[in-house]
Amino acid sequence: MPRKLMKGNYAAVYGAILAGCKAYYGYPITPASEIAESASLLFPKFGRTFLQAESEVAAINMVYGAAGCGQRVLTGSSGPGISLKQEGISYCAGSALPCVIIDIMRGGPGLGNIGPEQSDYNQVVKGGGHGNYKVIVLAPNSAQEMCDLTMLAFDLADKYRNPVFVLTDGVIGQMMEAVELPEPITELPDKSDWAVYGTADSRHLINSIYLDHDDLEKWNRELMKKYKIIQKNEVRVEEYRMDDAEIVAIGYGSCSRVIRSAVDLARERGIKLGMFRPITLFPFPVDEIASLVDRGFKGILTVEMSDGQLVDDVNLALKGRMISDLHNRMGGNVPSAQEICEKVSELYGV
Amino acid sequence: MIMAQKTVLRKPRGFIDVYKHKPGAEKDRTHYCPGCGHGILHKLIAEALEDFDIVDKTIVISPVGCSVFAYYYFHTGNLQVPHGRAPAVATSVSRANPDSVVISYQGDGDLAAIGGNNILQAANRGENMVVFFVNNAIYGMTGGQMAPTTLEGQKTTTTPYGRNVKTDGYPIQVCEIINQLTAPVYVVRTSLHDMPNIRKTRAAVRKAIMNARDKKGFSFVEVLSMCPSGWKMDSVPAQAWIKENMIPRFPLNTFRDISENTPAVERPVPVMDPAEVKKILEYDALSDSNLQKNSDAAYDKVAVRIAGFGGQGIMSTGIALANVGMEYGYNVSWLPSYGPEMRGGTANCSVKIQEDTIGASECTEPDMVIAMNQPSLEKFEKIIVPGGALIYNSTLISIEPARTDVKVYPVPITGIADELGDTRVQSMVNVGAFAAVTGMFDPGEIENLMSSLFKGKPEKVMKLNEKAVRKGYEYVKENFS
Ligand SMILES: Cc1ncc(C[n+]2csc(CCOP(=O)(O)OP(=O)(O)O)c2C)c(N)n1
Ligand code: SF4
Repeated sequence: MPRKLMKGNYAAVYGAILAGCKAYYGYPITPASEIAESASLLFPKFGRTFLQAESEVAAINMVYGAAGCGQRVLTGSSGPGISLKQEGISYCAGSALPCVIIDIMRGGPGLGNIGPEQSDYNQVVKGGGHGNYKVIVLAPNSAQEMCDLTMLAFDLADKYRNPVFVLTDGVIGQMMEAVELPEPITELPDKSDWAVYGTADSRHLINSIYLDHDDLEKWNRELMKKYKIIQKNEVRVEEYRMDDAEIVAIGYGSCSRVIRSAVDLARERGIKLGMFRPITLFPFPVDEIASLVDRGFKGILTVEMSDGQLVDDVNLALKGRMISDLHNRMGGNVPSAQEICEKVSELYGV
Repeated sequence: MIMAQKTVLRKPRGFIDVYKHKPGAEKDRTHYCPGCGHGILHKLIAEALEDFDIVDKTIVISPVGCSVFAYYYFHTGNLQVPHGRAPAVATSVSRANPDSVVISYQGDGDLAAIGGNNILQAANRGENMVVFFVNNAIYGMTGGQMAPTTLEGQKTTTTPYGRNVKTDGYPIQVCEIINQLTAPVYVVRTSLHDMPNIRKTRAAVRKAIMNARDKKGFSFVEVLSMCPSGWKMDSVPAQAWIKENMIPRFPLNTFRDISENTPAVERPVPVMDPAEVKKILEYDALSDSNLQKNSDAAYDKVAVRIAGFGGQGIMSTGIALANVGMEYGYNVSWLPSYGPEMRGGTANCSVKIQEDTIGASECTEPDMVIAMNQPSLEKFEKIIVPGGALIYNSTLISIEPARTDVKVYPVPITGIADELGDTRVQSMVNVGAFAAVTGMFDPGEIENLMSSLFKGKPEKVMKLNEKAVRKGYEYVKENFS
């Protein structure tokens, strides 16, 4: 079991290198800066491109260019930087360009602070740029997953020719854990039927313009079809002690880690709490959450570090058959296991 | 119309024969207005690509503006990109395909307004690309609004009273700005308003494209260009308008031409071979996590909070503990305080070492606190679980801890380190003390790990830290057993 102790932010960059990512374009921002820093340290060792762009706007457009040239390409940022990237992400989605964007969420709105939050949920999961599009969103909760899910992100991006987000919060980016380093990929997917390589055979067009209304509607419908397939095939969740649970707490990212601790603590107190954790935020585990109703839980508590952005989706999935309660912290504060247990006792009288 | 002055026998091969990407029936003519400069410049570019036999390896970046549809025409690789961002896209396209000829084709709104920073930065990096900058002193595409290059007093749909320099600023002279930067190799301004100037533009276009072919770096060609529709003029007066009004403000000039003496830009070949990748990432040096755990240790899992001044080795104590824990095959986590918490000189981190999967990584109710200074003792002793442990730096802390329901280990951490001759070894004194209190780590094994814990450091440093571990360990063993 070959392991290395590293920060989540570093692990993501290792994952990118192992996945054959050839270029990193980014602009520094806490708490995501180690992504740019480790990329600047590592990418040149492989003769791959690291470039500190003049802004997040430039960085995402560099990503657009590299992706258009068939490269696996990465950028990383946090709240304000992600806001700036949104136009470019919409262009990537509109031009069906695979690329990976890491968002290490911090406190907002505005400049907020650099503590951990999950308040980019809506702007990332709902496709925060203009137009009808979605991005695949993976939500790691450990350094190991920062590596593994970044590798998966590249695969999914290529599989669906779509931007993929790795979305997590400052805690997961900043914490160190032992990471088991996977084998590097041996083969990159063939993109010769659409990518531009500067050769006679690759004189393709990367473009998101469809002047004709019917053409653009057709393209939108194709995108919708693609997202449906993604919804069907790519949902990933994790459950913990759900078999005999009477109450379930739902959360992703560092909240899910706290929930896991809360589950163990609750059990010590004789409360049968279980954890349900979405690993993919788009596709959102709609069916899996809907089916919680049939599993006879006394209560569902969504735990998030945002103002109800996640619980809205949980309740949409529950379709009014049950209503999830909310326990949230914001501003850089992280909920604690004790806090969650107390909330559970208070809400459900256990 | 200027185009009529030349007999066109066939389209240059730089153009697509039938404009298949163009919607509608008219697939043999451009979308540009009669008398527009874009068409002329397109033709000069397409001819040069053919003449240099580089159509195949050229990639054209179409901006947002009237030339948004440049991809209809050029028989090259094409990317259509967001407003103003062509130089950013061209940057990564050129990095991805270092042997290609990358052309960023932009209007004045695109390049000098919304994309102002992107062009400067690409120029400053000396990216291997050609930028064709069509200066028509107006926003053509959106119906004739003010551009950064709109002349003083010029009427546009957003300067209905004429451009007022007091409120709208002055027309921006982009070549002059680019020429302030060190990296560009070729900076020139030409015009399309008559045949002699079209000929000069042709020469500039060819020179710039040749530079890109020869990887000479960044070439910038500004072209004064007619926009009869935007200016609400006929074609011939539009040509005259350039001569009479634009050229005085935008003098035609070769600002720089140093490509001859500039070496070719070189880009490395990416390493992708898995074996080579593993070698560079030093897979051989990874931890195999197979140290024998001590089955009768006082602790089989621990959550520890370490706190003190910045510079007291707080973070490195935590990282060392996590590293050693990993070598024993435990799950480990290390979470630093970061950001505002760090300001003001205090620092703390949480470390968890346990068999099971780790949940929350912050130690809100730690089994142990290591306090390196008095404020940290006061702040963190409160949160230790009853029956837990408190190790504190008795060199710097003179007060007694308030807690009586935890085991207390006053250890002169700074004193031991100073005695060894280097305050910086405090972290490893901590690690030694931790090993003695928990029984989880064997000091001999920690010594064996020195070469990985202090990778790249001189032998002397490792030896000193070895001693520090030993001293911390022995101090606890001797005084508290
Ligand atoms: C982000 C964004 N803002 C505004 C626009 C609208 N827009 C399209 S073209 C254009 C002006 C282009 O003018 P210029 O670059 O001078 O090119 P020209 O049309 O004169 O060739 C504007 C503002 C856009 N497409 N995207
Ligand atoms: S509006 Fe102006 S720049 Fe645009 S095509 Fe017409 S003449 Fe050319």
